[in-house]
Amino acid sequence: MKLSTYNFLTSMAIKGVKVGFPLKLTINKKEVVETEFNPTFVERLLPKLDWSAIYGAAQVNPSDMRQKMSFQAELTEDIPAVQPENIGENEALLQKLHHLLFEIDVLEGQLECPETGRVFPITDGIPNMLLNEDEV
Amino acid sequence: MARRPEHSAPPEIFYNDDEAKKYSTNTRIIDIQIEMAERALELLALPDDDESRLILDIGCGSGLSGSVLEESEHMWIGIDISKAMLDIAVEREVAGDVILGDMGEGMPFKPGTFDGAISISALQWLCNADKSYHNPHKRLLKFFTTLFSCLTRTARAVFQFYPENSDQIEMVTSQAMKAGFYGGLVVDYPNSAKAKKYYLVLMTGGTAELPKALGTPEEERRVNYIKKRDACREARGKAPKKSRDWILAKKERRRRQGLDTRPDTKYTARKRSGKF
Repeated sequence: MKLSTYNFLTSMAIKGVKVGFPLKLTINKKEVVETEFNPTFVERLLPKLDWSAIYGAAQVNPSDMRQKMSFQAELTEDIPAVQPENIGENEALLQKLHHLLFEIDVLEGQLECPETGRVFPITDGIPNMLLNEDEV
Repeated sequence: MARRPEHSAPPEIFYNDDEAKKYSTNTRIIDIQIEMAERALELLALPDDDESRLILDIGCGSGLSGSVLEESEHMWIGIDISKAMLDIAVEREVAGDVILGDMGEGMPFKPGTFDGAISISALQWLCNADKSYHNPHKRLLKFFTTLFSCLTRTARAVFQFYPENSDQIEMVTSQAMKAGFYGGLVVDYPNSAKAKKYYLVLMTGGTAELPKALGTPEEERRVNYIKKRDACREARGKAPKKSRDWILAKKERRRRQGLDTRPDTKYTARKRSGKF
């Protein structure tokens, strides 16, 4: 699962959950896949994204120590806490956003509903959003 | 008539490893799926400006329809209930992300996320109650309302599906309208048993004219008094075999069925001269 997809996912489908966003992300294993950088697409996507969730995702550390070092060095300081204005002109930031949103593939981990604490596991890069009978 | 897969088992059981494998190896299945996905993308009527858009693929399976979206440079996110099918999608290294989820439980996405949604051969599964607590009407409504909210206000959703009977069509469209969608059914090649395909075209932003179905006669059928004499002649019987009219009528029938047919020209049914 790419982090862009993570930014769209909610747990609203659970009965009684009002917002269900942002889900709490835990990364156990991830992979970096290089994809083509399309600045206009990233820019057009921005209004749909939630900046605090982007910032939050950039702060998530993989539990694996070795990956943690590289991951932190890459991103934690690159993404500002508040959405800057005129992102469209800031090519470097767009590039970093592209890397964060489209090149980081979460293979193993979990998503946690902020309201009910329900955990959705991520296996082989596929988040499992299936619910049980009593949650629908 | 062939048995419908919906009658044999729930989707997460029916699409097991064996069935999923067919969707990556069987070229006939692949061709049909891709053809339908291309038509669905056409019906989606995205603005013609070469920009990549974010499309939701409902019942994405092994990502065959997703690859059609990739070819048009769109980004997509897929959702499917069968883990075996999604594993194939991951194996094929499709560009879109896939999520394991049930349509009837609602779309787990933020409001206003997608610029469009397509779904190939998935909607009919929702018409069945596979578990004791399933209620098809409620599940359809939940699906359509959550889908409506996660689309932008200019988006369309196109579903290719295999309705079992007219009651199912009625149930699906009425729940979609209840959820706030506009639109209706487009039936391609209505005169052919094989090529006939149902597309439910739903719009979020007000009514618009439905796209034209393929393989339907250009003019609507009505009584034409000017050609009354021809009609009388027709009523007396079909044109003599091997005559030009007979050949034209046969070609017209093939066209209505969506089969490949040479265009009518002045040479159609021309007599051979007999000389070499």
